[in-house]
Amino acid sequence: MLELSLNHYLAVSAVLFALGTFGIFLNRKNVITILMSIELMLLAVNINMVAFSAYNGDLEGQIFSLFILTVAAAEAAIGLAILVVFFRNRGSIAVEDVNMMKG
Amino acid sequence: MIEAAFFYLFAAVMLGAGLMVVVSRNPVFSVLFLILAFFNAAGLFVLIGAEFIAMLLVVVYVGAVAVLFLFVVMMLDINFAEMRAGFQKYLPLGLIVGGILVFELVAAIYGDAFSGATLPAMPEISNTRALGNELYTKYLYLFQIAGLILLVAMIGAISLTMRRRSGVRRQVISEQNMRRREDSVEVIDVPVGAAARTVHTVPPSKREG
Repeated sequence: MLELSLNHYLAVSAVLFALGTFGIFLNRKNVITILMSIELMLLAVNINMVAFSAYNGDLEGQIFSLFILTVAAAEAAIGLAILVVFFRNRGSIAVEDVNMMKG
Repeated sequence: MIEAAFFYLFAAVMLGAGLMVVVSRNPVFSVLFLILAFFNAAGLFVLIGAEFIAMLLVVVYVGAVAVLFLFVVMMLDINFAEMRAGFQKYLPLGLIVGGILVFELVAAIYGDAFSGATLPAMPEISNTRALGNELYTKYLYLFQIAGLILLVAMIGAISLTMRRRSGVRRQVISEQNMRRREDSVEVIDVPVGAAARTVHTVPPSKREG
């Protein structure tokens, strides 16, 4: 218990990932909180990558987590920009209102 | 020993902050708890020997992404209390799905597969330098593509949120530079006593006839 192992990190990241999923289910109406939950899930994936990379003595996992970080930043920027445009057009960010393309 | 204590501290605070992100009433608090979670994840990364990723997490996530979230949350004028309708309704489903996910993942982890792994000794060169050695040689193209992704995201975000509002007078520098003396100034030979008869308000280039 007091000796750290790979399992500890994997368990923490598993719980964090589940928290992200839980958040998506819980905040079905609030897009901002859904985006934040996605960030939490990506953080959990990063912890997994870095933990495996450190325990295998192989840097490729850390490099991959760097690219995950890049994509997460791009995703957050684009997602929030879409959110701002949507709010400007509709005056709300409720997920139910996002059906303009349904026809 | 002290390493384990710090691990449990960082992990507990991170998971608590993650939970608060999800259940918090006010999205501003959610963002602040997200920042706390990122800081503690950075602590975990330092603990495992990945200093560069830890610092990157602080710079990119706390410095850029979380602040972006904060700006958007504060900029949009939304009644967030209204958004929490149905919170109770989805709670059981979320708990069930999250619980199943945790159970599956932990059950997968606590096999024998990874229990023997121990942290290898720290390498001679620092983590940042080792990452640089790999990134700028083996993964050079991927690195540049990552930069391209960020460029596309930046252009996309700007072009999405830019709008032309009517009634706003903007400075058009090219028009200012194209302006010639003849377009704006005119010397008129005014006969004595005829000054008050014609008043030109339109510049000569735009005048008809």
